[in-house]
Amino acid sequence: MPTLIRLQDGQFVEAENLFTSVTDEDPIPTDGGVILSLARFQTYGAALLDDGRPVGVRIEPAERVEDLAYDLPRLALVAPAFPKFRDGRAYSTAALLRERLGFRGEVRAVGDVLREQAYEMVRCGFTAFEAADGSTPEQWAKAARVFRHVYQAAADEREAAFVERLSPPLPPGLGFAEPEDKLRGGGGAAQRAVTEGARPGATKADAPSTAFGGPPPPLRRGG
Amino acid sequence: MGIYQYDTIDAAMLEDRAAEFRAQVARRLSGELTEDQFKPLRLMNGLYLQLHAYMLRVAIPYGTLSGAQLRTLADVSRRFDKGYGHFTTRTNIQFHWIKLKDAPDILDALAKVGLHAIQTSGNCIRNTTTDPYAGATAEELDDPRPWCEAIRQWSTFHPEFTYLPRKFKIAVTASAKDRTAARAHDIGLKLRRNRDGELGFEVMVGGGMGRTPYLGPTIREHLPARHLLSYLAAILRVYNRLGRRDNIYKARIKILVASLGAEEFGRQVEAEWAAMDRAAVDLPDEELARIRGAFGLIDFETLPPTSAAFEVRKAQDLAFARFARNNVLPHKKAGYAIVNIALKTPGEVPGDCSADQMDAIADLATRYSFDDVRVTHAQNLVLPHVKLDDLPAVFDRLSEIGLAAPNLDLISDIIACPGLDYCALANARAIPIAQHIAERFAEPDRAEHIGELKIKISGCINACGHHHVGHIGILGVDKKGEEFYQISLGGSGAEDASIAAILGPALPAPKVTEAVETLVETYLSTRQEGERFLDTYRRIGAAPFKEAVYADAD
Repeated sequence: MPTLIRLQDGQFVEAENLFTSVTDEDPIPTDGGVILSLARFQTYGAALLDDGRPVGVRIEPAERVEDLAYDLPRLALVAPAFPKFRDGRAYSTAALLRERLGFRGEVRAVGDVLREQAYEMVRCGFTAFEAADGSTPEQWAKAARVFRHVYQAAADEREAAFVERLSPPLPPGLGFAEPEDKLRGGGGAAQRAVTEGARPGATKADAPSTAFGGPPPPLRRGG
Repeated sequence: MGIYQYDTIDAAMLEDRAAEFRAQVARRLSGELTEDQFKPLRLMNGLYLQLHAYMLRVAIPYGTLSGAQLRTLADVSRRFDKGYGHFTTRTNIQFHWIKLKDAPDILDALAKVGLHAIQTSGNCIRNTTTDPYAGATAEELDDPRPWCEAIRQWSTFHPEFTYLPRKFKIAVTASAKDRTAARAHDIGLKLRRNRDGELGFEVMVGGGMGRTPYLGPTIREHLPARHLLSYLAAILRVYNRLGRRDNIYKARIKILVASLGAEEFGRQVEAEWAAMDRAAVDLPDEELARIRGAFGLIDFETLPPTSAAFEVRKAQDLAFARFARNNVLPHKKAGYAIVNIALKTPGEVPGDCSADQMDAIADLATRYSFDDVRVTHAQNLVLPHVKLDDLPAVFDRLSEIGLAAPNLDLISDIIACPGLDYCALANARAIPIAQHIAERFAEPDRAEHIGELKIKISGCINACGHHHVGHIGILGVDKKGEEFYQISLGGSGAEDASIAAILGPALPAPKVTEAVETLVETYLSTRQEGERFLDTYRRIGAAPFKEAVYADAD
């Protein structure tokens, strides 16, 4: 079982996985959250959601996440898949979810997910990671924070260098904006219930607070 | 404009990267990481494992070096390599004899002068190249380098475009005469103004070499310059999503553009671009101005257009006159010139430069060229801003260090990849073939008589030696364990871009120079007034050349 690491309130924490990932050959479990393929979701999703089940959808690299746009408000999570870590299509999938489709729920990296990708994943809007390499939340926090600055705007809330350069200098120690202390989900009631349900069992990583937080639109200073 | 000065943010990016790589190397040396796990990490830092040792490829952003940077490269080659470096067709430099344990120290040394090995390998956006005469030639519409710097920053650690289907190369040109081979790139950008005078780019996409060469079609005639980055992002996103990943040889964007057709590809890019939050991606005017300002201004002197010292020496010294004729080009400012340093002394390895030579060139740059050195995609160096008065002194110093070969764009100015002498991918050697041809045509009168003739040699089908766009292209192939060479004619990477056509069956190594000799003789006997080799070939076609080369076959 891969470790589920979640980025919440700017912190990487280990979280209990409350979703069963269902392949197209498996029967759908009778209770609890499930992550389905896009095809299976299109067939069974409505019924499961009507039963109040939390549902996530796995997006394979070749699939168009735009096809899911109308269903996004009902989904607990979307899981762009990395069949191989070198397959970078899921980064575009995540970026589109955040930047264009306005999805505020969990975007979970599944498949060949390694801590070396933490920086790219977080910047493209992933907020949960099924780490396949046995890595820890501390290692993810470190890998995601390798660079003090970033050159381009992305789906996270880090300020691009060109915005930093426009801004008046900040007082020492305030290089990153403080994350808002509230739940970053917004993908509907199912999402909220599952995310909150996961919290008591989760161990908080002892990482300093950063702005690698979730999807709310970036705060643009001075731009 | 001078050279872009890094601010604290630019410097911090390099420091952070060097620190990260140091930690990764430590994990590899301690055994915590296996070679398999380490490979993608080292490749992201330009460190390849080649036939004999590690090779470190250092980026030279848009081919511009300061004297201090070149001196650092010399220092690195002395301390950590065998005292030389190899300038590549991507205007980078490679060190071929690196020890893994030294790599972090090298990156630290490089970072101190604003150099790095970021994105010099891997399936990401590579070093952007531009006209080596940028800021010096009167031909250009505007200086392309601020746009190259904007692309450099935008593409550095771009989170969405770090795991593309394949590597991705961008060239920016601003002159009618294209010295960047723009159409042979994944994206070629040509700076232009529209009828209203607005600055913009012609956008060409889907060119490339490799085993399937293409010239990139234009998908947009005039993109307003301020939208450059968002438009690039749209192209990259379409490519990242739709480019093939099932076959490494069909993964470049040229294959996607060819299979969709330029029109449909362009339509998808426009649709993506229309939906994009451009304001979040494009640099605001203030930042564009800051970048331009960070290049500084060059304080050119007001000089007469001619120089007595230059004219006198030309009249007295045939060797100097020849150098001036072939390697020195007009500058936009009166009294200045562009000096080309061909790393192509016949008999030497194309693109190789010793530490002592690098130091000497750095000193020449500091003293005579506003501390500015350029690297060209033809593996040569340029001193872009030399006073005519100083040309004799520069020539004398270049002669002392063995780099005054007066052969720019002549038959012995050959591009060659490292080939089987170094590269694990190669099928055949490229360097000895280049050396042999250059020595055969070393006689400068004869070389000048032949005129512009670009020979480009690749040791394998990946075409790092750009043989597809050589007037004469030579490709090394392996035939049952023996090195053979396939000759192509009629390619060009310039504004009259074309892909070379294969002449006939591959030849064994000892026959290659003879074949080039035959091609040259055929050209000389049929050329009309003012024709280059390429022009004659285009006029009379391949048949006369083919008959001559294969006359004694069978």
